[in-house]
Amino acid sequence: MQAFSTFKGIVVPLDRANVDTDAIIPKQFLKSVKRSGFGPNLFDEWRYLDQGEPGIDNSKRPLNPDFVLNNPRYKGASILLARANFGCGSSREHAPWALEDFGFRVIIAPSFADIFFNNSFKNGLLPIVLDENIVDEYFSAENNAEINAETYELTVNLATQTITDPDGKVQHFEIDAFRKHCLLNGLDDIGLTLQHVQAIKSYEQKRKQQAPWLFT
Amino acid sequence: MQTRTLYDKLWDAHVVREDENGTALLYIDRHLIHEVTSPQAFEGLRLAHRNVWRINANIATADHNVPTTGLEQGITDPVAKIQVETLDTNCDEFGIQEFGMGDIRQGIVHVMGPEQGATLPGMTVVCGDSHTSTHGAFGALAHGIGTSEVEHVLATQCLIQRKSKNLLIDVSGPLSPGITAKDVVLAIIGEIGTAGGTGHAIEFAGEGIMSLSIEGRMTVCNMAIEAGARSGVIAVDEKTIDYFEGRPFAPKGEMWTQAVAAWKTLHSDAGAQFDRTVKIDGAKIKPQVTWGTSPEMVVTIDDKVPDPATENDSVKREGMIAALKYMGLAANTPITAIMLDKIFIGSCTNSRIEDLRAAAVVAKGKKVASNIKQALVVPGSGLIKAQAEAEGLDQIFIDAGFEWRSPGCSMCLAMNADRLEPGERCASTSNRNFEGRQGKGGRTHLVSPAMAAAAAIAGHFSHINKG
Repeated sequence: MQAFSTFKGIVVPLDRANVDTDAIIPKQFLKSVKRSGFGPNLFDEWRYLDQGEPGIDNSKRPLNPDFVLNNPRYKGASILLARANFGCGSSREHAPWALEDFGFRVIIAPSFADIFFNNSFKNGLLPIVLDENIVDEYFSAENNAEINAETYELTVNLATQTITDPDGKVQHFEIDAFRKHCLLNGLDDIGLTLQHVQAIKSYEQKRKQQAPWLFT
Repeated sequence: MQTRTLYDKLWDAHVVREDENGTALLYIDRHLIHEVTSPQAFEGLRLAHRNVWRINANIATADHNVPTTGLEQGITDPVAKIQVETLDTNCDEFGIQEFGMGDIRQGIVHVMGPEQGATLPGMTVVCGDSHTSTHGAFGALAHGIGTSEVEHVLATQCLIQRKSKNLLIDVSGPLSPGITAKDVVLAIIGEIGTAGGTGHAIEFAGEGIMSLSIEGRMTVCNMAIEAGARSGVIAVDEKTIDYFEGRPFAPKGEMWTQAVAAWKTLHSDAGAQFDRTVKIDGAKIKPQVTWGTSPEMVVTIDDKVPDPATENDSVKREGMIAALKYMGLAANTPITAIMLDKIFIGSCTNSRIEDLRAAAVVAKGKKVASNIKQALVVPGSGLIKAQAEAEGLDQIFIDAGFEWRSPGCSMCLAMNADRLEPGERCASTSNRNFEGRQGKGGRTHLVSPAMAAAAAIAGHFSHINKG
């Protein structure tokens, strides 16, 4: 996993609540047996005007000019600004894979669905939960910057748990200490758990006595 | 001793170790595997030269991609074929038991597990599928995981977890005649919203829940995730124990007696503390129909499509306007005036034998309306298909003009050929009405099996007792 430290990027606003994982990466792309290559099909049904299928050349497909990711202003964007309950629906890890493959490193929203939130951390994608009012302020600030034809970038510092806006205003965010540690160091959960092999074996021994039917 | 909720008890029994950072290593008793979310996990094991920790804890079946018709040709979609074959190869290589295509036990993973007694009360159950919450119906702690965690469970038999909060949803009884588990859970989601259970383990309780069969309770827990909760649980009672007796993977003899004694403790203690409690008046629940693109956008069969103009919250109002546009519906249209194109009876929510019986009662001796282009009935497993055929349900459906299919996830998520075309409108017994869920541009209305059958006959939504 890619380690995460300080990061500056263009912000793209996705102004709708309850963005589900079917919207993030539609089902036909889940047939892949690989972990990579999902970026061109991120938000496929909103991003393109035709029906996407695995294996077709996405560069030749008609783009939906009304979808925010197709606005040239957001070319190279890496921070997604979203609304409540982002990532609801299925457990498909293809959703964070697609976001990461597209180039996103941070998602800011008032709330996330649990499984998506959890899956993001496993892939070096940082989901940041902020109060709804603060998220609103970022949406407004980005919108004003667009009207004034200015770029709008945020700087995210995971170590200090801060977001700095173009005016230098600093916003603190909360994050679970364990997840922060893993992200900062690019740690592999399985490796961490396998440090406790003896504890797992002891648990199994004890449990076999109490509930032998679980081990048949 | 401190009183505990059912979730507390299940959690406590599975903690391998607690870390000072507040996480726990939680032991997993049963891992269910399917073709879509597992290939990258097996590949990860190979790359790291890791083995499967406890092979017998894993059971696999192919469900998401499998065709439901023309099985003699095998899978014709080459990409889907590779995925299903990859599951076969991985299971062979690592020695994991798989119910593959052609095995009568093959079916939707969440239907197969309980049917085989492979998921049992008191277990921790995980699967790379969000509807793993289904198995909470019989006092198991069950939730969906992503592919990284599939690999983690394969390699360590554990997950790194943080305990959720306790949410009690207490549904009073009795339910009105004809009200099904699907109506109950859709009414709950309508009440608390699709993020209402986020961060919580839901316990469903009360007479309105306990009066349901185990199959019905599975329908309720299945959709806990649609209320934002990764897991839903229901206490064990006599119905639970009766359900598992004699199932192939269930304990036998002395071990059965021992297991039953343990299972009888699987309920919340009197006076156990919940972080939140929601009370629902079960007697007031009516047949439910979703009108929008989120399961919380739900009304009763007697209602009209809601009017965004009456919504004060601007984000919600915009969401309603977008949903109506996608669904091709006008505000204030009576639900019974909504004409349909397709009908889907199936999915891990509603493809068990009692679901098929409920639909067959409505369909018996009737004909599917002429405006319905296709009406599918897709049983949840090969065994359910055989049972339904033994009861003559297949013939009732076929005589009425439904298509009788082979088991799989089918049109619930349309990974195989069963799907909606752009603009088509479907009454579906599945669990998600998201944009594009059943096919790009497809419009999904979630209902119970009886309501779906009634809609097939009428050509539009209709009261079940009016046919």
